[in-house]
Amino acid sequence: MIPGPGILALKFPPLSHIVDWPVFLFEDTPFGINKVVLVYFAAIILTMLIFVLGNQRKLVPTGAQNFAESSVTFVENGIIMQSMGPRGLKWAPMLTAMFFFIFFCNIFEVIPGVQMPATARIALPLFLAIFVWFVFNIAGIIEHGPLGYLKHSLIPPGVPIGLLPIIVPIEFVSNFLVRPFSLMVRLFANLLAGHILLVTFAVLTAALWTQKWYALFLPLPLFALIFFVAFEILVSFLQAYVFTLLTAVYIDSATSHEH
Amino acid sequence: MLLAEITDTGLAALTYGIGALGPGIGIGYLVGQSVQAMARQPEAAGMVRTTMFLGIAFVEALALIGFVVFFLGQA
Repeated sequence: MIPGPGILALKFPPLSHIVDWPVFLFEDTPFGINKVVLVYFAAIILTMLIFVLGNQRKLVPTGAQNFAESSVTFVENGIIMQSMGPRGLKWAPMLTAMFFFIFFCNIFEVIPGVQMPATARIALPLFLAIFVWFVFNIAGIIEHGPLGYLKHSLIPPGVPIGLLPIIVPIEFVSNFLVRPFSLMVRLFANLLAGHILLVTFAVLTAALWTQKWYALFLPLPLFALIFFVAFEILVSFLQAYVFTLLTAVYIDSATSHEH
Repeated sequence: MLLAEITDTGLAALTYGIGALGPGIGIGYLVGQSVQAMARQPEAAGMVRTTMFLGIAFVEALALIGFVVFFLGQA
């Protein structure tokens, strides 16, 4: 383990922590807690805060209730109305919780002191992708019946019968295998790449601080680091938005009755 | 004197580099077309922007699968 570089008596964690934070509580049990698990707990508490704060029923919302209501309105107008239309509003609680949980997990990447997105470990995106897979499949089976759901999703309308032996395996792989896999990889790889990028520029800036004449180049990684922090804030929000939007699109395509 | 050598890490990095060509062209084309659409019809800009983000997410997923392949191919 390489010891971390330091600057002005602040110490960076060692570089191996990019992929392996040590467990510091309840070691050697399946319930070991490391820094990433603390970020999960913080994101859960923040998400529950939004639901709890929105529970006051003043007619003219002020303060915390206003914030909670505008968050839910953003999810409703920006995600549900775009993909599912008015009949999708019953999915609003689940999609709001999912959006804000993923957003709070991601935003810890840029908060000083923590700087670790919980979604940079494959466990959380994997669990979320499996959860979304169950949700849209079960919603489709409830809506169409099991055989009707398979027919609805594997046979697109207007396809000549002779092409079906080619189309059906392609649609099967695309609908049931590639969708959750791509959801998982998109969220995980975006956040891991952003984390590694921030770590690289931060360590480079810290290392240049103590060199004699190389410090001439110090502003370059510093400005790159500042730019990438701004970029990572955008990416955190965007990845949470895209995950939730794609969940809504998959639920809509599983439960629609268009043909 | 050995100047260059083909190793696992080198091949993995080359794989990712070639794999990022397609999504680069794809995202560039997609954003260009959506800018053109927004310029033609400014009142549809909101819907075009949402669809653009959706399309970018799909295309970028391919580039990121390549990034994951780099970590798999390295050691």
